Amino acid sequence: MKLLNQSIAIISASLLAIVGLWGIVFYYNLIAEIKQGIDESLDNYRKQIIFQAHKDTVLLKQVNFNEGFYAIQEITKEEGIEIKDKYVDTLISIPKGTGYYESESFRMLTTAFEDDGYFYKLRVISSMVEKDALINHTFRNLLLLYLLLIICIVVINNIVLRRVWQPFYRLLRQLKSYRLGQTKKFPLVRTNTTEFINLQNAVQTLLQSSNASYEQQKEFISNAAHELQTPLAIILNKLELFVEKNAHKEEVISDIGGTIVIVERLVRLNKSLLLLSKIESKQFLDRKEVSVNEVLQNSIDELRDLAEHKGLLFSYKEEVNLIVNTDPALAEILINNLLRNAVFHTKSGLVEVCITDHQMIVQNPGAQPLNKDVLFNRFQRQGGKTEGTGLGLSIVKAICDLYGFDISYRFESQKHHFCVTFR
Amino acid sequence: MKILVIEDEKDLQQNIVQSLEKEQYIVETADHFWAAYDKIENYKYDCILLDIMLPQGNGLDLLKMLRKTGNTDNVIIISAKNALEDKLKGLDLGADDYLTKPFHLAELNARIKAVLRRKNADGLNTISSGNLALYISERKLLIDSQEIPLNRKEFDILNYFLFNKNRLITKTALAEHVWGDNIDQADNFDFIYSQIKNLRKKLQNADADVEIEAIYGVGYRLIEK
Repeated sequence: MKLLNQSIAIISASLLAIVGLWGIVFYYNLIAEIKQGIDESLDNYRKQIIFQAHKDTVLLKQVNFNEGFYAIQEITKEEGIEIKDKYVDTLISIPKGTGYYESESFRMLTTAFEDDGYFYKLRVISSMVEKDALINHTFRNLLLLYLLLIICIVVINNIVLRRVWQPFYRLLRQLKSYRLGQTKKFPLVRTNTTEFINLQNAVQTLLQSSNASYEQQKEFISNAAHELQTPLAIILNKLELFVEKNAHKEEVISDIGGTIVIVERLVRLNKSLLLLSKIESKQFLDRKEVSVNEVLQNSIDELRDLAEHKGLLFSYKEEVNLIVNTDPALAEILINNLLRNAVFHTKSGLVEVCITDHQMIVQNPGAQPLNKDVLFNRFQRQGGKTEGTGLGLSIVKAICDLYGFDISYRFESQKHHFCVTFR
Repeated sequence: MKILVIEDEKDLQQNIVQSLEKEQYIVETADHFWAAYDKIENYKYDCILLDIMLPQGNGLDLLKMLRKTGNTDNVIIISAKNALEDKLKGLDLGADDYLTKPFHLAELNARIKAVLRRKNADGLNTISSGNLALYISERKLLIDSQEIPLNRKEFDILNYFLFNKNRLITKTALAEHVWGDNIDQADNFDFIYSQIKNLRKKLQNADADVEIEAIYGVGYRLIEK
């Protein structure tokens, strides 16, 4: 939910509660006020009626409300003393046409008075506002007020918040496109808002330290790999000399042989790590016109013996002569690694390579799709093979990233498809 | 043949010396810049193995000084750096080859012999062993003056083996040398076995004086019968 909508939702809900509560209070206050006014006028009425009745006894004959707003009944003295002034809300049938009556709400004062020694009960009525109508009215007005308020708030919020939060959104946009180790400039927006200045400072501090550790890590891998080269050379050569010296001792040699294989694996791993860190630190800047077709054919030739040994066949199709502007050594590594990957991970069948306009596609048979998310990560070995360095596809990805090529993977009709789009 | 090994890492230096002495070279060593400089100034070598990172100086500077004074000794740079620029710079300055650490001793051997062969065109164009003669430029194999046809890979393998007579060649070293050094994942080198098998058969059928012997799972070596 957007910040803007969130604040509007909260304001709307609280406004609804406030306006609703206020409506109820307003309603009861209004009713009380109205009743008080009516009661006062009823009291005045009574005084007038009693005064008039004293002068004109005809008035005392009006026993019901048919002809006026009061009714007088003669009562006993005891009854007269009993009766206290009482204001009540009541419903009284009022004739609304011939033979048609309707109940309406009235305020009625019941009282008693004495005139010339006789006691009378006096009831005075005054018509009341219709409560239903009042509630209806109040509700409708309040609803209108509420809607009006909401509209105003939405509009004001939109204008004000958009303007106030603009630096935030700009910072966010820059952060989204920020890539560690690639983006040179830190996100920067001009703002006077303290919170945003603080945010920006915090972000910059964070990025600076991430950047520093990223660089450090890169340098460390490269340095470590470098430092390992000489010791690895010593071990490898020592073992080779040892084997030559003891070539006739079969048992010793087969043990040492296993060790040599592992050292050689270590050497390859180290070389791959060095290559990867060199690509990532952009140490290859050479750009030449490279024919993908040529490199690919060389690569297939190199791999043919291995493929034949495994019972694999290559199929090669070219639609165009694809020329790419890139580092020749890296182009070779990119294509080689993709092909080797396909050959290495295929037990038998056909490895299909195809060059189309701007694309190179390598397909090899497979049982199940690979996990796309981690496929190009370092040391991701899917399918349980441990002999590889686990860096082949990472190197492919790094080269693609360096030159802005696009590498994609999909699994279709029991085949892995690796597709490089050169741009 | 005299070879100078300029390498500051004692263990590596000793490995190289031991390996070279097996090839009957006269080997001398230097473990820092000025020691190397003195030796180069005062003696003539057929080949110099030069490490770039040296105490008291840079191997490339040494090479520069060497070439300036008109010294034409063969130089093979041995470096832990695999940077292309270093390689190009080294070759630009007049190095004859560039080998990245770590390397197989067989590869070093082959490189030295290739360099020596290139410089001294007199008679070194053929490698012979018993009744076998390999014509490198013509890419021809003669056994008892009889030409034995070889395919490209077989020729490269035999050439490598002859450069490393009696020496161990690991499967990896052979694969990298013959099938290219971009080996990243092809850990299964069994595929070279079929090539070796073919080559062996050809040598056997022609009654060659050499044979390729397997060394228990490590690799191969070529020996004279």
